[in-house]
Amino acid sequence: MYLTDYEQEMLDGKYGAACAMALKVLVAVGECFGAKRLLEVSRVHVASSNQEADVWFAEKLLKLGGRCLVAPTVNPGFNLSYLSQHLSISKEDAELMKRARRAYRELGAILTLSCTPYLEANVPRFGEILSYSETSVTVYVNSVIGARTNRESVQSSLCAAITGRVPEYGFLLDENRKGTVLVEVEADLKSDFDYQLLGSCTQKIGPGVPVFVGLPQNPSQEALINLGTQLNTTGSYAMFHIPGVTPEAPTLKEAFGGREPERVVTITDEDLQEIHRKISQPPGKIDFAMFGCPHLTFRQLQEVAQLVKGKKLAVEMWLLTSSLNKELARRTGILEVIEEAGGHIVEDTCIDQPCWSHLKGKVGVTDSPKCAYYASMRGMNFVIRDLATCVEAALKGEVS
Amino acid sequence: MKGETIVKCHRISEGKAAGEVLISQDDILFYLTDPESGRVLEKGHSLEGKSVAGKVLVFPAGKGSSSVQVDGLYQLMIRGNAPKAMIIERPDTILVTSAIIMEIPLVDQVDPLFYELIKDGDCVVVDADQEQITIIPKDRSPGQVD
Repeated sequence: MYLTDYEQEMLDGKYGAACAMALKVLVAVGECFGAKRLLEVSRVHVASSNQEADVWFAEKLLKLGGRCLVAPTVNPGFNLSYLSQHLSISKEDAELMKRARRAYRELGAILTLSCTPYLEANVPRFGEILSYSETSVTVYVNSVIGARTNRESVQSSLCAAITGRVPEYGFLLDENRKGTVLVEVEADLKSDFDYQLLGSCTQKIGPGVPVFVGLPQNPSQEALINLGTQLNTTGSYAMFHIPGVTPEAPTLKEAFGGREPERVVTITDEDLQEIHRKISQPPGKIDFAMFGCPHLTFRQLQEVAQLVKGKKLAVEMWLLTSSLNKELARRTGILEVIEEAGGHIVEDTCIDQPCWSHLKGKVGVTDSPKCAYYASMRGMNFVIRDLATCVEAALKGEVS
Repeated sequence: MKGETIVKCHRISEGKAAGEVLISQDDILFYLTDPESGRVLEKGHSLEGKSVAGKVLVFPAGKGSSSVQVDGLYQLMIRGNAPKAMIIERPDTILVTSAIIMEIPLVDQVDPLFYELIKDGDCVVVDADQEQITIIPKDRSPGQVD
């Protein structure tokens, strides 16, 4: 791979051991994918997770004198100060969370602690070169914004933040951003939730860059977030196109770059119903409700508030969102409405964290198949429904 | 060695390892394995209930959220239950980076002949540095390799 004099000096250790190690990883990734050179990145998002591997690598870079050249935004862990008032958090879990925060702060990260940086705090422009990690983030910035990132790992994006570089391959190059699979959606998508189910049909869609046709006009921001998130929960997709909606697909022809699709796949209502049955627990009594994987938008918080206003929840309800949205909820009275009903709005927090140990073995309701998928490792089971049905279930204590 | 077959591959993460082959038809998310035993927990997965610990793991590709994929492999590694080497068809950044920082040999672009010859339980030597995989006939135990 071609390196500039400056990049070669980085690799040789002139700018410190952390920088050298970070560049070594990027060069190895680049050589594996046939990159000819490195590019400068202007934005980075690191899907830091507060998990041991993450803290291990961040502290390793810090010990080697690491400091981010491009300050990255970072993912949530859990909100220790809020949740320790309501839940029992073990000393070990609290300590690991503190270590993670400390390591990332010292590396120079912007502690946004949100998994939706593309909505606020780290919003790229069309064509911008990025290194973003996180399930829902990479696919959204590529597909919906038209910025360019590969599906980075926590570690590779942190290496990009340290060096300000990224290998030029994959989705940074025009030719790889074209559609390869035509997905004809015959199913009637009635709500944002139906996009979760569509995105879950990855076994049928198969690998490649899907181009979805037959969708309703003007899908909502939440629908697009849901589609991308689910594509990357059960599969691995850096990008999709929707002709007339996403910026690199003004037309079907341009979505495919003038080429023929490698495959044509049809998704029917039966496909959506089948995948829904497969991923959801059967209806019945529930113990809790969990939302915000990825973080709820302000509009979704509004929707929940309207549904619970003046009522009392039968089970505990956790609404995870960004610190900005929590502040906006406070200012607009939504927070008060939800808290009076008995619900919690929690910022800086992810569903996949040890703080939720009290929910082990319990049955929850969620609108997010991603939440259900990952929380299954923590012993939680979920009935999966659209947001409004979930909230009604939380008011009654069961899904009918 | 008589009876051995050597096939070419492409190095992603350096190193050399020998072990028993475990073949997955499905993409793998290491987070959905039990760190204490290496067993795959994911429901309906072609390896459900089988352990990846100490195996040369042959699978199409990685999948899932980046942080959990890396942590899944890390949790296996610190307990000595990670695969000894990995042979994949479609590399992704997450798996590549994980293999490099955790020093697990990883190769791709394997000669199609390899996939015709191997089955679960066969023993292979993955030499990422030399970019080759040696398939050892089944009547020799893995202990005799190296």
